[in-house]
Amino acid sequence: MDETATQGVFELSAAGQARLEGILARYPTRESALMPALWIIQDEKGHIPPAGIAWLAERLGVEPARVWEVVTFYTMYRSEPQAKWVLQVCHNISCHIMGAPDILRHLEERLGVPRGGRTPDGLFQLEGVECLGSCGSGPCLQIGKHMYENLTPEKVDALLDGLRGGQPPRADTDRELEA
Amino acid sequence: MPRDDCRILSARFGRRDGHKLAVYEADGGYRALRKALTSMTPVAVRDEVKAAGLRGRGGAGFPTGVKWGFVPAGASTVYFMVNADESEPGTFKDRWIMDYDPHAMIEGAILSSYAVGARLCFIYIRGEFGWLIDRVQKAVDEAYAAGYLGRGILGSAYELEMLVHKGAGAYICGEETGLINSVEGRKGQPSIKPPFPAVQGFLRQPTIVNNVETVAAVPYIVREGAATYRRHGTEKSPGTKLWSVSGPVRRPGVYELPLGLPFREFFTQDLGGMADGEELKAVIVGGSSVPVLTADEIMGVNLDYESLAEAGTMLGSGGMIVVPSRCDMVELIQVLMHFYWDESCGQCTPCREGTGWLHKIVKRLRTGAGAPSDVELLERVCDGMMGLTICPLADAAVMPMRSFLQKFRHEFVALAHRPEIAQPRSRWARQTNEVVR
Repeated sequence: MDETATQGVFELSAAGQARLEGILARYPTRESALMPALWIIQDEKGHIPPAGIAWLAERLGVEPARVWEVVTFYTMYRSEPQAKWVLQVCHNISCHIMGAPDILRHLEERLGVPRGGRTPDGLFQLEGVECLGSCGSGPCLQIGKHMYENLTPEKVDALLDGLRGGQPPRADTDRELEA
Repeated sequence: MPRDDCRILSARFGRRDGHKLAVYEADGGYRALRKALTSMTPVAVRDEVKAAGLRGRGGAGFPTGVKWGFVPAGASTVYFMVNADESEPGTFKDRWIMDYDPHAMIEGAILSSYAVGARLCFIYIRGEFGWLIDRVQKAVDEAYAAGYLGRGILGSAYELEMLVHKGAGAYICGEETGLINSVEGRKGQPSIKPPFPAVQGFLRQPTIVNNVETVAAVPYIVREGAATYRRHGTEKSPGTKLWSVSGPVRRPGVYELPLGLPFREFFTQDLGGMADGEELKAVIVGGSSVPVLTADEIMGVNLDYESLAEAGTMLGSGGMIVVPSRCDMVELIQVLMHFYWDESCGQCTPCREGTGWLHKIVKRLRTGAGAPSDVELLERVCDGMMGLTICPLADAAVMPMRSFLQKFRHEFVALAHRPEIAQPRSRWARQTNEVVR
């Protein structure tokens, strides 16, 4: 770990601070609030920077290494800045049977990057991920809270075009966000 | 399209605005809680669930009331956790409960917490279910506002706090001790049992962890009674089970079935058979971690714990993965071995190394770099993993691996002896060292 990076200034917004206070008041120990606290940082900053880890460790009264091990154990915590849109395509068995490899190949061709890659403009990041719990409606991909199901290459193209054109994600599961 | 004769868990699936408190109450929601808090002791609730014969629906199938009974009498601090970390490949039933009927889960969690004497309950939802976390949190907020949570619930002396805890992408947290460690703010690595969580779990206090589907059945049992619940299912497997069906059948989705229904009837009547142009090759009946059954085998089984055990597999989570004849079984097992390798927490050597070896060996068979001895090598690696680790993740990798080798051996042997028939690799394969292309 870079020593200077951990000493960088880290601050949460007032809203983030308030969220954290709320969590600390409700969790039975400070340490048990670690995961929700990391979510608060990531929701606000887009990732969990080293300075944030040092800051949180002090806040919770644990060693920074304890925070690091949690950040690196769980795949959804990101310690580096991410592309604007992270496309996570399920490559597990049910989606695989229903055509996930074709969807991934199509995305690789369209974006010009392999799985794990990021487009030079910083707009897209492509990831193959394990089961997303959309097995009966695969192939599927997820962008944050937005789950796209029953994918076809045409649907993927429409999605990419929309995002490139500045439209916010709008997926099959979004009816639930509105309800 | 659940069967009409046994809609206990799925009765409200598809109900318009069914996730909202007012609609849930109009449908009789929270009546069971009122009944329990006004006329039943915690022990009476536990005894009712025990009498109903409800078994854990997360995969292990352990009797729920019995598990609750392991909490030491007189324990001062007890925790209850709902396991909504649904991550078993092929399983998406809990997602449907949280989507359509979050209050059924919440009411069940309150009743279960009451039964075991918990005053703090966590609902641990996998981080990937972002939109469901919002939905459940909204429902929890509604329940607080209506006085179903907090202090003095419905005028009784009982109080309960409920926290929705967001996971962060780790299959292993579905294992109950991994889940508890995760809520403690640690890596989700499982702990050795004993001590069992019911005796020493979260913060070293008695802790009960139950699956969403298990918990969601509790309001019905409390409201209607154990005898009514037992009208469905079989003597040893009472009640109903949600099955989530994926693969190219005509009507994939979540189905509620009485335990003991013949697969053949379910397959032809409910699922409508295979989709056009597809032919049945195999079924992984209880989530990706259970032994596969061939088309011939599955057609003769009934869908309950005992019949499936007799057929050499397990009911597991009820995540039914239907495999069509166009699929190459070596390719599918590579997908699964990649998964277990990826998700192994790294604690136990047989699992950490074994899952990686299984994936590597299958992968080299598929890429034409295998040797005839690889088929036996796969079996030897399995022997060095099964039953030798803290938690069942290694077993979960071995069970599909062994059964694929046993039942579709010719596909492995063909690749081992004739590497030239292996799949050509795609343009990116060399660059990324990724899973199946």
